[in-house]
Amino acid sequence: MTFPWLTTLIALPALGALLTALVPSGRGTLAKQVAIGAALVTLVVGALISLQYLFDIDMGVEAETYEWIPEFGASWALDVDGISLALIALTVLATPIVALAMWREAEDETRDPKAFFALLLSVEALTLTAFASRDLLLFYIVFEAMLIPLYFMIGMYGGPQRRYAAVKFLLYNLVGGLLMLAAVIGLYVQSVDAGAPSFFVPDLVALDIDTDTQRWLFLGFMIAFAIKAPLWPFHTWLPDAAAEATPSNAAFLSGVVDKVGTYGMIALVLPLFPDASREFAPAIVVLAVVSIIYGALLAIGQTDMKRLIGYTSISHFGFIVLGIFALTGEAASGATLYMVNHGLSTIALFVIVGFMIARRGSRQVGDFGGVQKPAPKLAGVFLFAGLSGLALPPLSTFLSEFLVISGTFLRYRPAAIVATLGIVLAALYILWLYQRTMTGPVRPDVEGMADLRTREAVVVAPLFALILLVGFFPKPLVDVIDEAVEPTIVEVDVERPEPLAPVAEPVEEGTGR
Amino acid sequence: MNAPTLEYVELAPLITVFGAAVVGVLIEAFVPRRLRHLVQVALTLLALLAALVQIILLAGTELVGAVGAVAVDGPALFLQGTILVLAIISVGFFAERRLEGGGDAFAPAASSLPGSEEERVLVRQGMLQTEVYPLALFAVGGMMLFPAANDLLMLFIALEVMSLPLYLLCGMARRRRLLSQEAALKYFLLGAFSSAIFLFGMAFVYGYAGTLRFGEISEALTANLGQDGILLAGVGLMAVGLLFKVGAVPFHSWTPDVYQGAPTAITGFMAACTKLAAFGAMVRLFYVAFGGLRTDWQPMLWAVAIATMLVGAVVALTQTDIKRMLAYSSIAHAGFVLTALVAADSSATAAILFYLATYGIATLGAFAVVTLVRDSGGEATHLAKWAGLGKRSPLLAATFALFLLAFAGIPLTSGFVGKLSVFTAALDGGAAPLVIVGVIASAVAAFFYVRVIVLMFFSDPAPEGPTVAVPSLWTAVGITLGAAATLLLGVVPGPLLDLAQQASVFVR
Repeated sequence: MTFPWLTTLIALPALGALLTALVPSGRGTLAKQVAIGAALVTLVVGALISLQYLFDIDMGVEAETYEWIPEFGASWALDVDGISLALIALTVLATPIVALAMWREAEDETRDPKAFFALLLSVEALTLTAFASRDLLLFYIVFEAMLIPLYFMIGMYGGPQRRYAAVKFLLYNLVGGLLMLAAVIGLYVQSVDAGAPSFFVPDLVALDIDTDTQRWLFLGFMIAFAIKAPLWPFHTWLPDAAAEATPSNAAFLSGVVDKVGTYGMIALVLPLFPDASREFAPAIVVLAVVSIIYGALLAIGQTDMKRLIGYTSISHFGFIVLGIFALTGEAASGATLYMVNHGLSTIALFVIVGFMIARRGSRQVGDFGGVQKPAPKLAGVFLFAGLSGLALPPLSTFLSEFLVISGTFLRYRPAAIVATLGIVLAALYILWLYQRTMTGPVRPDVEGMADLRTREAVVVAPLFALILLVGFFPKPLVDVIDEAVEPTIVEVDVERPEPLAPVAEPVEEGTGR
Repeated sequence: MNAPTLEYVELAPLITVFGAAVVGVLIEAFVPRRLRHLVQVALTLLALLAALVQIILLAGTELVGAVGAVAVDGPALFLQGTILVLAIISVGFFAERRLEGGGDAFAPAASSLPGSEEERVLVRQGMLQTEVYPLALFAVGGMMLFPAANDLLMLFIALEVMSLPLYLLCGMARRRRLLSQEAALKYFLLGAFSSAIFLFGMAFVYGYAGTLRFGEISEALTANLGQDGILLAGVGLMAVGLLFKVGAVPFHSWTPDVYQGAPTAITGFMAACTKLAAFGAMVRLFYVAFGGLRTDWQPMLWAVAIATMLVGAVVALTQTDIKRMLAYSSIAHAGFVLTALVAADSSATAAILFYLATYGIATLGAFAVVTLVRDSGGEATHLAKWAGLGKRSPLLAATFALFLLAFAGIPLTSGFVGKLSVFTAALDGGAAPLVIVGVIASAVAAFFYVRVIVLMFFSDPAPEGPTVAVPSLWTAVGITLGAAATLLLGVVPGPLLDLAQQASVFVR
C-alpha cells in the first residue's frame, strides 16, 4: 500500500490542534510555537503533494477510500484534482502565515491564546478535508463542523461586537447548511431509488436525475454555498464577521474558508446538477454582477477598514461566481485561479490592516493619515497588497480577473461589461483608502508609528512572492486547473459560444505577461 | 382450560427487573434504615445489569411469548437494552450524594409537608429516601414492557406500570418541593386523562376487530376492507394516549412543567427513557397492528409532526429556564422522530431506534450537567445564571455545549447522524415537505441552543453566579459516558447503525 498522503495532510493539522490544546495553560508561547510548527509541517506535505500535480513528479499521491459508514454508503474518500489542489495549496500556505500574523492578537485577552491557535488548526484540517473529499456526506459534515471552531474564534477573540457577529455568522451558515442537508438527503434518496445507496460523488454524478428534482436539489446546495461564499443578497454576515473578528482571523475566514462555498459550486453543483445549473445560470450571473457592483460601492462608503475589506471580498466573490456560472472553460479556470489569488491578496490586505490597527488602536479610516512618513515600509506593503486587490497587471489577480471577464464576455456580454465597471470601482476604493490613510499631513497620533517589524515582514513576504510568482509564471497552476475544469464544463454541456474575435488561449495570456 | 405456558428464558429480563422491584419493596420493610440506601442501590444496579446481560444473550431472538402478549424481537430488545443502559446511568445520578451535603436529590420523606417541622427534623437527621429505587425499577420494567407489548391489554398495563411510579418520582424533589408536587399532580391528572382516552380507543379497536392481539388486529384490517368509523375513532384515541407520552403537540403541555418541577435526575431519566418506550410502543402499534391502515393515520401524524417540530422549536426560543428549554427541545425532537414514523418506510424503524438511543444518551448527560450548576437555592436553572460558565469551568461548559450541539444536529455529534437517518427515512417514504419543515425547525432550534453556548462562553460571569459543584464518581462517570458516546457515535456511527438495522424487524 502506498503512503496515504491526503489523510496525512488532514491528520497533521488535526493532530497539531490537539497538541496545541494540550500545552499547559500559561505557556502561551509554546502553544503558538507548536501550532506554527504543525502548520509548517502541513505546508511541507502539501508542497510535496503539489509537486506531483504541478510538475509531474511522481510522489505516489493517490485517491484514498476507506469504508466509514457502510450503512449509508458513506466512505472516507479523498482525491485531488486541479481545482482542489489549487485550494489545498492556498490553505496550507495561508495557515502558517495567518498563525504568525495572529501571534499577538490573542495576547491582551484574558484568555489563554492556545485555544485560538488550536481552533485555527482544526479549521485548517476541516477545510482541507472539504477540498479533498470525494464523499458528499464527508463534505457536508466538515462543511458544517467548521462553523463551530470559527464561531468560537470570532466570538471569543474579536472586537466589541464579536458576540453579535459570531451568532450572525453561525446562524446564516447553519440555515444554509440545513437547507443543504435536505438536498444532500434528497440526492442520497435518488441514489437509493436507483438501487445503489451511495454518497460517493462520482456515483452521484452518474445518476440520472430528472430536471424538476434537480432544480430543488440545486437550490438547496446553491443557497448554502451562496451564503458561505457570500453572494448578494445572502452576504450580510460577512461585513460584520470581517469587522469584528481579529484581522488574521478575518483574513483566514474570507481568504481561505469561504472558498469552500465557491469550491462547492464548481466541484459539486455543476457536475451534480448540470441541467438545473444551465437553467439557473443566468439568474446566478445576475446575482454575481449585483454582488460585484454592490460590494464595490459599499466598500467605497465604509469608514471602518476591516469592514471595507469585507465588502471588497463580496465584490471579488461576485467575480468568482460569475466565472463559474458563465459556463465557459476560460471563465471557470479564471474563477478557480481567482479563488487562489483572492485568498493571497485578501490575506495580505487584512493582515497589513491588522498591523496598522494594532499600532493605532483604531480601525477607523479617519484615525489615520500620513502614515507613509513615519512608516514608509508599512505604507509600501499596504500599497502593494492594495494593487494586488485591484488586479493591477502583472500581479496574479489580473490574470484571473481577465480570464473571468473574457470568458463571461463570450456568453453574457452585458454581464461582462457591467462587471468591468467593478474593476474601475476597485481602483477607486483601494486608492482612496490608501490616499486617506497613508498620504497627506501626518496626524499627531500617527507620528510615532513604528515601521514594519521583522515578524510582520516575514508574514507579508511569502504572500507577495506568491502574488508575483503566480502573476509571472502561472502556467503549471493554470494547466492543472484547466485539466480539472474542462470535464466539468463539458458535463454541463452547454453549447460552446463561438469567440467573436480571436481570443488567445488563457495559458498564453498568462505567460505572455 | 390449560394453564398458559410462559417462555421464562425469553422473558427473563422483564422478570428480573420486576422481581428486583418487589424485593426492593421488601427491603424497605425489613432492612434497617442505615443500610437501606446501600442495599437498594446495589440491588437496583445488579438487577439492571443482570437484565442487560440477559438482553444481550437474547439478541437475535424472534418470538411472541406470554400467550401472544409480549413480543421478543429486534426492536423490543434494542429498546429494552438501551433503556437499561440509560437506567443504569440514571441510578448513578439518583445515588449522587455529594451535591446536597450528604443528602441526595430527593425529599427525605415525600409525605412530609413542605416547610413543616417534620421535614426540618428529617433533614437534620440526614434521612435518605430509598423508595426511589424500587419505584425506578417498576418504571423501568414498565418501560421495557411497553415497546414489547404485543396485545392491547398488555400495552395498557405496561403504560400504567411505567407511568404510576413516574408520577410519584416527579413529586419527590428535595428543593422547591411545592413546584415538584405541583408537577407530579399535573402529570398525574393529565396522564390519567390520556390513559383513559387510550383505554377508550382500545375499546373501539376491540369492538371493531374482536381481538386484542396486534397480529390479529392486522388480519382483521385486511379481512374487512370497508373502513369502519369505529376503527378510525379507536386508532385516533389510542394515538392521543401515545402522543401524550412522547410529548407531541398538541398533547405536550405537561412537558415543560413536569420537566421543570421534577428532581433533575428524574427529569433526565424520564425524558430519555419514556420517550424510548413510548416511541417503541407507538411504532409497534402503528406498524404491526395498524400497518394496513397507513393511508388513514398518515395525514393525522403528518399534521402532528409538523405542529410538534414547529411549536417545540419556536416556543423554546422564549424560555428562560434551562430545564424548560430542554423540555421544549425534547418536544421538537419528538417531532423529528415522528417524521420518520410517518414515512413508514422500510428504513424508518432503524432510523427511529438509532435516533432514540443517541437522543436518550445526550439528554441524560445534559440534565446531569444541570444538576451540577448550583447556587445557595439548589440548582441554578435560570439561564441568566449560566452566563460566563465557560470561563469558570470550561470543561463542564464544553461538555454541555457538546450535548447542545448534538441536539442541534451539528455534524461530528451523534445528533447529526440521527437527524440524517430520520430525515432520510422520511424523504425515502415520500415525506419531503416534512423534511423541509424539519430543516426549518432545526434552524430555529439551533438558535436557542447556540444562545446558551453564547451565554456560557462569550458573556462575562454574573457577580453572584452559581458555582459548579464537584460531583461524586456516579455523576462524573455518567456525564463522561454520555459525552463520549455522543462524540463517538457522531464520528463512527456504523456499528450502532448496523445494530439498529439488524434489530428493525418486528415479529408478527
